[in-house]
Amino acid sequence: MWSNLPLFPAGASSMAGHVDALYFALVAITAFFTILISVLILFFAVRYRRKRNPTATQVPASTTLELLWTGIPLGIVLIIFVWSSVIFFIQTRPPKGAMEIYAVAKQWMWKFEHPEGQREINQLHVPVGRDIRMVMTSQDVIHDFYVPAFRIKADVLPGRYTSTWFRATVPGRYHLFCAEYCGTQHSGMVGEVIVMEQADYERWAASGVEGSLASSGEKSFQQYGCSMCHRSDAAGRGPNLVGAFGRPVLLDDGRTVTADESYIRESILNPGAKISSGFKNIMPTFQGQLSEEEVIGLVAYIKALGSGSANPPLPVSEPNSGAYPVAPKTEGSAAQSDTAVTPPEKANPAKSAPKQ
Amino acid sequence: METATAPVEPKTNYLNADYGIKSWLLTTDHKRIALLYLISITVFFFVGGFFAMLIRLELLTPAGDLVLADTYNKLFTMHGIVMIFLFLIPSVPAVLGNFLVPMMVGAKDLAFPKLNLASWYIFITGASLIFYAILTGGVDTGWTFYTPFATTFSNTNVVTAAIGVFIVGFSSIFTGLNIIVTVHRMRAPGMTWRRLPLFIWSNYAASVIMVLGTPVLAITLVLVALERLFHLGIFDARLGGDPLLFQHLFWFYSHPAVYIMILPGMGVVSEVIPCFSRKRIFGYNFVAISSIAIAVLGFLVWAHHMFVAGISTYAALIFSILSFFVAIPSAVKVFNWTATLYKGSITLETPMLYAFAFIGLFTMGGLTGLFLASVGIDLHVTDTYFIVAHFHYIMVGGMTTAYLGGLHFWWPKITGKMYPESFSKLSAVLVFVGFNLTFFPQFLLGYLGMPRRYHAYPPEFQVLNVLSTAGASILAVGFLMPMIYFAWSLQYGKDAGPNPFRAAGLEWMTSSPPPTFNFDETPVVTWEAYNYDQIDAPNEGVKVAG
Repeated sequence: MWSNLPLFPAGASSMAGHVDALYFALVAITAFFTILISVLILFFAVRYRRKRNPTATQVPASTTLELLWTGIPLGIVLIIFVWSSVIFFIQTRPPKGAMEIYAVAKQWMWKFEHPEGQREINQLHVPVGRDIRMVMTSQDVIHDFYVPAFRIKADVLPGRYTSTWFRATVPGRYHLFCAEYCGTQHSGMVGEVIVMEQADYERWAASGVEGSLASSGEKSFQQYGCSMCHRSDAAGRGPNLVGAFGRPVLLDDGRTVTADESYIRESILNPGAKISSGFKNIMPTFQGQLSEEEVIGLVAYIKALGSGSANPPLPVSEPNSGAYPVAPKTEGSAAQSDTAVTPPEKANPAKSAPKQ
Repeated sequence: METATAPVEPKTNYLNADYGIKSWLLTTDHKRIALLYLISITVFFFVGGFFAMLIRLELLTPAGDLVLADTYNKLFTMHGIVMIFLFLIPSVPAVLGNFLVPMMVGAKDLAFPKLNLASWYIFITGASLIFYAILTGGVDTGWTFYTPFATTFSNTNVVTAAIGVFIVGFSSIFTGLNIIVTVHRMRAPGMTWRRLPLFIWSNYAASVIMVLGTPVLAITLVLVALERLFHLGIFDARLGGDPLLFQHLFWFYSHPAVYIMILPGMGVVSEVIPCFSRKRIFGYNFVAISSIAIAVLGFLVWAHHMFVAGISTYAALIFSILSFFVAIPSAVKVFNWTATLYKGSITLETPMLYAFAFIGLFTMGGLTGLFLASVGIDLHVTDTYFIVAHFHYIMVGGMTTAYLGGLHFWWPKITGKMYPESFSKLSAVLVFVGFNLTFFPQFLLGYLGMPRRYHAYPPEFQVLNVLSTAGASILAVGFLMPMIYFAWSLQYGKDAGPNPFRAAGLEWMTSSPPPTFNFDETPVVTWEAYNYDQIDAPNEGVKVAG
């Protein structure tokens, strides 16, 4: 064990350099002040020891000095604050066009789903040099996605999506830790991130895949009857979802929200929470009927409807098809029927993908 | 006054005024209650320390091979609960504060003596419940009780432990209330606010936090218990609750609680440094006001525990800058303590060694706090050993060191006996060296990425963990030694006399141990705090007892 004493972590993402630079600046500040105070204390303790200095000399208070040692630290921390905020903005704003990988955490494993349809457990294969945004949720308690070599960490919460992003810079294998205490096997909830060359990754991603994540979402969209109301024309009882992703949605209480992953997830599991303006609160909840993986598939599908890239929308006129024309909202379109739609009771046990 | 001025021993004092178990268990004397607290929290400290040693032994090897994973999780949970709620929070306020606040302001007792006794009984009741929870299977949620793990998933004694902590909270509210009212209403004639010792200022500030913050913790724990028992859906997302709500409520108390722990320690240091350098404290006003500033700002920074938890970007930035601001009053204190030494006449008795250790370790602990206030770095180091090292530098390197320094400083006053000087100096050095060896490697481990609360860990982290465990064993010796020689000194220690350190302050102007009502005559204060120039000038100024 003695041959192996690392003192500094490998840096393998575009963030590492930013974080390490500020870290070293703070180490320097810490060292400077700790040494300054320690040296002063030791110097005074020796220079003014009683044997040498039997009588203390009282020193009058000095407002100048007090203001000086209030002001200088204040200046230093303000500079650090601005510096660290700049890093934080980079960390919280994933670049446009980042590849999205979904993660579902549960006691005590990590499940990942790639857009191409690859699924893996406790291993995360990613291409080098590509922006990757993690969209994560938990099935049970709070977990935390932590890759020290990337200098990123984000809690993974039940009931919502959280996200983080990274761009790996050096191929290799890196620790993946759960960093939020989650119960018995917390320290066993570890895995590795495998950073591959782009070509290797593409080969890996294409091997043995049944279909893309969006296409499995499309199957769920049909299977659970979503397509009956969320039609691709203006006649559906629910909002048309084509092109909806990422757009602002006017709610019936006048607020506006962005149709991001969390909004879609909430609208599936708790549809009454934020009703799109002009529609009725008639959609039943799918809480407890869909696994987190199925919800992720649906989110990926609806996203694909928006961008039109991964999966082209299905034809317009089929009432049971899953897709809709682009008109975002039509007043009155929801008023055609008051009948609530009951989702099929898990009619088709054959999931679009094997449960993991 | 039950004692006439009779300098010849044996003088009646609070220890020999009455005998028998009843005279202790039904006492309303703040000094006796302080000793009841001292004995209780000493026991709890060693119980918490025992858990810590088991944790360190488990981490000696990368594999989780000494105890089971569940046992390990219970160990760090119980280490945290016992050390924080049963040792650190009551340490200085309920032991030294209880003993000294009335004496320092020139009062016969605290404002509400019966409430003071009640606070100890409540403390013991809550502690018993916590120990009942430990003995009947333990708790494994971490001392932070994060939801939904604590409300839905843990199958350990969460409710019992939470109720225990809930009850203990009332004892800290009562102590805080007593200190606040005593400082406002019971000061001796001439003891103006600006003549108060800084120990009073800092305990006052901590008491304000105890009174304002603890109820929020109590409410939060009740909600956890209710959700666990009746599935209310406050914190559990599956029931429509919000797990982050718990974290906001919990840290609203538990971050200020850090200042409950550290402020009274700062007060101890502000007493010790002037005494052993024979100086008035430098910048009295700034040190006093900085305590209040820490207490106020301390309430505005809680969400810096949640930068990675999914709070909004702008919330994170606000809490980041406010957290940086807390560093300023702490820095002001450190600079003033250091400046006090300038042109002093310095001796290195044991309390002074502890005070020096405090300044060094607190400076490191405070400065590493800047890493965590920086959101950009916090995202990497939070929930790792970096944060474990940081808060142990504050709570053990800072608070426990100050507590031990204070215990040595006032031991002659409390017991009338001197502790053995050479052993106590050795223990101070062992604590300092052992502490640094235990916790400095953890900063490195944290930046390397070792998560906290890990029962097993990757092998490349082993060397630093071995160093840490080695340090912990030195630290344990440093902590055990005072136990032994303090007990020894009760019987064999030299008589201390009223004021062995020629210290300033009303508590030194009465006999040691003090009489039941502290002063034979109510003192009248005509001097500023830390009037060491007057004390040391032989023929003028204030008379010093002894």
